Amino acid sequence: MSRNEKFDRNLVAPGREIIKLERRIFMKQGLSLGALTMLSGCDVTDADSVQKVLWTMSRWNDGVQAAIFDVNKLAPTFPESAITQPFPFNAFYAETEAPRVDGSKFKLEIGGLVREKAAWNLEQLYALPQTSQITRHICVEGWSAIGKWTGVTFKTFLERIGADMTAKYVGFKCSDDYYTSIDMPTALHPQTQLTFRFADQILPVSYGFPMKLRIPTKLGFKNPKHIAAIFVTNDNPGGYWEDQGYNWFSGS
Amino acid sequence: MEAKTQAQGGDSKKVHPLAIRITHWINVFAMLIMVTSGWRIYNASPIFDFKFPRDLTLGGWLGGALQWHFAAMWILVINGLIYVAYGVISRHFKANFLPLTLRSVWLEFSNALRGKIKHELGVYNAVQRAAYLGVLGVLIVLVLSGVAIWKPVQFHWLAALMGDFEGARVVHFVAMALVVLFVIVHVVMVALVPRTLLPMFTGRASTTGHGG
Repeated sequence: MSRNEKFDRNLVAPGREIIKLERRIFMKQGLSLGALTMLSGCDVTDADSVQKVLWTMSRWNDGVQAAIFDVNKLAPTFPESAITQPFPFNAFYAETEAPRVDGSKFKLEIGGLVREKAAWNLEQLYALPQTSQITRHICVEGWSAIGKWTGVTFKTFLERIGADMTAKYVGFKCSDDYYTSIDMPTALHPQTQLTFRFADQILPVSYGFPMKLRIPTKLGFKNPKHIAAIFVTNDNPGGYWEDQGYNWFSGS
Repeated sequence: MEAKTQAQGGDSKKVHPLAIRITHWINVFAMLIMVTSGWRIYNASPIFDFKFPRDLTLGGWLGGALQWHFAAMWILVINGLIYVAYGVISRHFKANFLPLTLRSVWLEFSNALRGKIKHELGVYNAVQRAAYLGVLGVLIVLVLSGVAIWKPVQFHWLAALMGDFEGARVVHFVAMALVVLFVIVHVVMVALVPRTLLPMFTGRASTTGHGG
């Protein structure tokens, strides 16, 4: 398994080890139930069935969030003065471990339910119409930071590649072996952006060069960086963190 | 609502309706999950300069804690709505929590401090009324701030009321702290007057053997 996992957190290697260890303990012993074991009457050692209930509830919450989601409701935007400085580095690995993509050779692969499957080079991508947004990035951990992102509205890009917009999901594969996926309504939200620039500069390696998907209506880990391939599908592709237990929809 | 029956050993009086007892214990279960999983979520990115002890938290890791939190929230909210609906429709709130004046709260609170605590089974004193109504209000704020944190875009108006996303996190924390404080006092009170515990299960309290 790849060691290059991306995550929306400003932790470096030691934090990652702690998370790994926590997860190992969690997998091995089932759930750490703390005080609950003393007070509840049910058999909490039966972790498998508890896990099933929790996953079922998480799927239910996906449905609830999809129903609540309003494609016309915009995330709040902020003035330049509100931008968080410095913007946190969100990855699991140390900043120096971020993948170095050669922009001159880079090709964005397109697949799935689309009409135009040709790959895109950076020159072609940069020629697309672009807009900027200053929005709040909210991490699943609870912290948040305001940044400025510039790129093409993702809906515009999906139109260019002739994506089947009646399909359910858009999936992303990244240069650091991260992967995630989003629902089509969120993909078509006017603020969902295929981002090439951060703070008016070409997207730095730390923030996802050559491109990331900026979704101000979803938690940070649903904003993939270092995107290498985009595909449209009707089968939920899941995600790196989603497959381990983070809620799939994770809308804001 | 006072039904007198002859139980073994003396008179007993109905002090807690069935609906209140059921919703109370479901609430205990839901709150226990919400608070302990919430502490683990807090630990992932503490607002203040401390973390909750790992052993007191639920979920094993952030993802697990979030699953517990977002599953139990439905129990908490649905149970809470049933409790409030029952309280209003059956006039339970009106009969047990009202009237309530600041003056009566202060009077009984200072009396209690001087050891002159009044216990009339099935009747709440002014301090109890204030505490129960107060914690109900705090729970509503706790749920609303949770919704604001969960959906700061879809319910932006709600988050804006609390000072946006970051403000809502603080409101959520403070409301949690107040509920925990209430629970501590509530449990200490039950420990001091243990005969109040059984009626919360059976609904009935003996009316013999204690003169108030």
